[in-house]
Amino acid sequence: MTATMNTSTLDALKIDAVQKSYGSLQALKGVSFSINRGEFFGLLGPNGAGKSTLINTIAGLTRATSGHISVLGHDTVTDFRTARRLLGVVPQELVFDPFFNVVDMLRIQAGYYGCGEEVWPWIDEMIERLELKAKRTASMRSLSGGMKRRVLIAQALVHKPPVVILDEPTAGVDVELRRTLWAFMRDLHSQGTTVVLTTHYLEEAQEMCSRIAILDKGEVKALETTGALLGRHPFRFLRLKLGEGAPLPDTLRGLIASEKDGVVELKLEIAKHPINSVFAALRTAGVVIEDVHTREPDLEDIFIELTRAGSAA
Amino acid sequence: MNPDQRGFYTLLKKEVMRFWAVLGQTVSAPVITALLYLLVFAQALSGRTIAGYEGLSYTQFLVPGLIMMTVIQNAFANTSSSLIQSKVMGNIVFTLMAPLGPLEWFGAYILAALVRSVLVAVAMLAVTLIFVRLPIEQPLALLAVFLLSAGSLAALGIIAGLWAQKFDQIAAFSNFIVTPLSFLSGVFYSVHALPAFWYTASHLNPFFYMIDGFRYGFFGTADMPIALSLAWITTFFAVVSAIAYWMLHTGYRMRK
Ligand SMILES: Nc1ncnc2c1ncn2[C@@H]1O[C@H](COP(=O)(O)OP(=O)(O)OP(=O)(O)O)[C@@H](O)[C@H]1O
Ligand SMILES: [Mg+2]
Repeated sequence: MTATMNTSTLDALKIDAVQKSYGSLQALKGVSFSINRGEFFGLLGPNGAGKSTLINTIAGLTRATSGHISVLGHDTVTDFRTARRLLGVVPQELVFDPFFNVVDMLRIQAGYYGCGEEVWPWIDEMIERLELKAKRTASMRSLSGGMKRRVLIAQALVHKPPVVILDEPTAGVDVELRRTLWAFMRDLHSQGTTVVLTTHYLEEAQEMCSRIAILDKGEVKALETTGALLGRHPFRFLRLKLGEGAPLPDTLRGLIASEKDGVVELKLEIAKHPINSVFAALRTAGVVIEDVHTREPDLEDIFIELTRAGSAA
Repeated sequence: MNPDQRGFYTLLKKEVMRFWAVLGQTVSAPVITALLYLLVFAQALSGRTIAGYEGLSYTQFLVPGLIMMTVIQNAFANTSSSLIQSKVMGNIVFTLMAPLGPLEWFGAYILAALVRSVLVAVAMLAVTLIFVRLPIEQPLALLAVFLLSAGSLAALGIIAGLWAQKFDQIAAFSNFIVTPLSFLSGVFYSVHALPAFWYTASHLNPFFYMIDGFRYGFFGTADMPIALSLAWITTFFAVVSAIAYWMLHTGYRMRK
């Protein structure tokens, strides 16, 4: 008993049977999972899956209809002060306060968390790292969207929280800044911060996150290490550039995943459609192949597979 | 300073900075309005005296009511506009995510409104010195009435700011409730001069006691006994504060 309690307080985040209804709409249908300390965790799902609802509930911006959440063992409702001090959240919406300039905004935010001048050097460091130096005393109103996003990220980190949640931090962000943000998040993570990320760029999640939850229609559809998730569906893709010859035989047409400009991509289940037999069928049918290419499934394929299966069920 | 105190202090500072940045506007607008009232009414009615306030000129009678009316409107505007703005802009999430409890919210918003009320009242008093000199017969009563009245309206502003979802609704609250009630509370006349129905109705208007009690602080005499005025204002303050605090505590229309 004591052992379980000790382990549970080690969780950076513990989400326990969280339900959230907006009228008749069930945005979260009893979500439970935990995120370990020091993890780089991805929370994925299509639009409207409930990712932001879950994040907002963790942050205290919305109230769960039922269920409990704790941050490093501190309940977000009954022990909200400690829980919120341990947490930094970057909201999805690009919100800002037009009354203040960048550095004042960050200092004020630090003050809400009880931090004073001792964090000012850290604030300056973030301004530098996030390439906001030229905008240090610029009014929030005058910043571009991407700059406002950077200030939001800095704002979530002013009090150096051990658990950080970023709701689509790279949405609407240019390629260069995305690289900057990635490097910044990796640094935070390597210094021991638990990072939770939502994104619609699946290659981003695949590259950054060690574990991933896929949320769909308010339910957890998958929760695995990125590696296990990628290996979960034992299929691979075979891309063929067809030359002048017979068309694809009907037995193989059913496997087409995509078809464009004479290049077809077949989705093969390794157990059911060994590559050998596919080539044999092609030869028998007299198909002329100009080029061949195989591809391992990436997160996007698995994501589509899982969320599509969800809607069929 | 412990972290909770610093959180409170920061929220208070932010709320003060909001109107401090436009201080000229915050203070000069009510001062100019007051001057206009004084020029128009006091000149037109300069010969008159007010029943029950013998020995006072109409202008002297008018100034405390004008100041209190302005304070009422400013205290309400400060909290209600701050809340509706941050709700509409969405930046209320910055404070909602922070480890600030309902008491810090309540205290910071009310105190910031009090700071603004003091500034406005002092500026008006200073400017009206050009026209009239006012005695201050009962400074303690004056201070108590002032703080409780401004505090009540600040709390009412919190209620309106949390309840409203659009700027229009704040404007409606202000135009249909706060402004009429503050006008119909004996700023420009003694309620003794009113027909019976309005005389009775005035006695159910908490703003009437604020203005009457404020006048008592200056002149040591008023339409109502000061104990009754203070009882009304204190009760009103307690009721609106309790509602505002409850709304902050439950996150009414903030934490959806
Ligand atoms: N305040 C609200 N009132 C009513 N319904 C809401 C509210 N907020 C969210 N919803 C609904 O809850 C569901 C989940 O929304 P949520 O914003 O959590 O999705 P998401 O996974 O973050 O999507 P996206 O990828 O588009 O950001 C949606 O159907 C949404 O319409
Ligand atoms: Mg979202």
